[in-house]
Amino acid sequence: MDLLSIDRFEESRTSLGKYFFYSLCALIFVYLVIPIFVIIPISFSSAKYLQFPPQGFSLQWYADYFGSRTWISATLVSLQVAILTMIIATILGILASLALVRGSFKGKKLLFGFILSPMVIPVIITAVGIYYVFAKIHLIGNVIGLVLAHTVLALPFVVVNVTATLQGFDITLERAALSLGANRLVTFIKVTFPLLRPGIISGALFAFITSFDEVVVAIFIAGSRAATLPKQMWDGIRIAINPTISAVASLLIVFSILLLLFIEILRRRFTKWRG
Amino acid sequence: MRSEGEAGRASEGSPEDVPLMKTSKDPTEFSWYFLLPCMIFLGLVFVYPISFFLLRTFFDPHPSLMHVRHLFADPVFLKVYWITFKISFIVTFICLLLGYPIAYLLSEVSDRTRNLLLILVLIPFWTSLLVRNYAWMVLLGRRGVFNNLLVQMGIVDAPLTLLHNTFAVTVGMAQMMTPFMVLALLSVMKGIDRGLVRVAESLGANPFEAFLRIFVPLSLPGVGSGCLLVFIYSLGFFITPALLGGRKDVMISVVIEEQVSTLLNWGFASALSLMLLVATLVFFLVYSRFFKIEQIG
Repeated sequence: MDLLSIDRFEESRTSLGKYFFYSLCALIFVYLVIPIFVIIPISFSSAKYLQFPPQGFSLQWYADYFGSRTWISATLVSLQVAILTMIIATILGILASLALVRGSFKGKKLLFGFILSPMVIPVIITAVGIYYVFAKIHLIGNVIGLVLAHTVLALPFVVVNVTATLQGFDITLERAALSLGANRLVTFIKVTFPLLRPGIISGALFAFITSFDEVVVAIFIAGSRAATLPKQMWDGIRIAINPTISAVASLLIVFSILLLLFIEILRRRFTKWRG
Repeated sequence: MRSEGEAGRASEGSPEDVPLMKTSKDPTEFSWYFLLPCMIFLGLVFVYPISFFLLRTFFDPHPSLMHVRHLFADPVFLKVYWITFKISFIVTFICLLLGYPIAYLLSEVSDRTRNLLLILVLIPFWTSLLVRNYAWMVLLGRRGVFNNLLVQMGIVDAPLTLLHNTFAVTVGMAQMMTPFMVLALLSVMKGIDRGLVRVAESLGANPFEAFLRIFVPLSLPGVGSGCLLVFIYSLGFFITPALLGGRKDVMISVVIEEQVSTLLNWGFASALSLMLLVATLVFFLVYSRFFKIEQIG
């Protein structure tokens, strides 16, 4: 073989390797994404039980969902809990982030780790612990108990997002405002807060979705009086696979993809704007 | 003594300590008071409940080591820990196998393509955990998607048992944890200087050899952080083993729930939780020793 054909051989081998690599990646993407979307066609099935490929077309499971008092009330409870959690976690998280990034005291790293620990500690332990204490003070089966517990789980996401924004922050803008005569509060409202807004919004959305999707704590402390949507689904899945769940799940998939796209757009606008 | 002196000098010279603008109090500084609401909240709703619950290990119904002894004496419970570790380890390994090619692909393509493909990685990340588990139940069930296809195509005669066993738990958990692995790997791979790989190739290494000997070693920090992260999260998994797992290979979180909800055995549930917590914290300390904890999100 002369040199040229060796080169060609090498080339064809590397392109073959490339094709192999791309198809491998495609397969992995299929494994990651497709299982989620299988639910959507099934939710439109007119059969009486779950089957695939779905037979016929009907909106019966959606009608079931929108016509059911339990499902609708669970959805409303979930929204209520998630919105309250988002508000409280965001306020606590912003305050903590300001101190963690701008403060000058010892043990910042340790305190930061502590605030993030609800993310790391197995949620079953947090859930059982909270159940144990809340049962004694009658916080089971009501929205307040759920909001308190979910705020613990949501706080780390707010703090991670807001501290990240604060760290890549041009402090001279604030100094400029201060030197031009604005007081600290005005500087915060007019300069710091607008610059922090992207981090705050994505942190808040994370907090919202954390609460909205939370199952484990809800199983223990929601009871039947404050059943959230995930708790209702959990019962439905565990006791008998109720096909209405396929409709609920499909709605949730669409909802979370919209949220994800919203955050991505926000993030990109922010990075573009920052250069 | 010498090293101490050096350390002192080094810290004096570090940029944080230079009193650049701090002649008076820095007006952009925030006091530690701002941390108080968050700390009080976490103290009341997080630290207090968990420690109060965990203390029952030793005080239920009276001060004793009864539950700890029970745990170590009964091979059933030690086996549960062993299974939890085994499944977590296998899941971590699968996530690495699946996550590495994806992260490599994402680190090679243009920013535009990367952002697009990242959405594919993030979709499972954002979809409700319950929905994802439900999807696997629909796929793997006796009358599920896979069994239907297999029977219709004549590959098998009777539906296979794909659900409620370790296989289902592993497949489900790996799908749920792979995005974490991809993000951990990607953050390191993006920073790898591709020039080094090209230099190796120009010096006669074939592309695969250059990849194996230059790129892979440089990506190891990402492999370490990704694996530890996935392993830590896997240890505490509850929903997936509860919904996709069977009665034979139960994971620890499922046993804890059962002890609390069905058997009302708080003391023993607490001892089991304590063991799980200790294991998690040990691995987390290893993680925080080597990697930035900000990245766990």
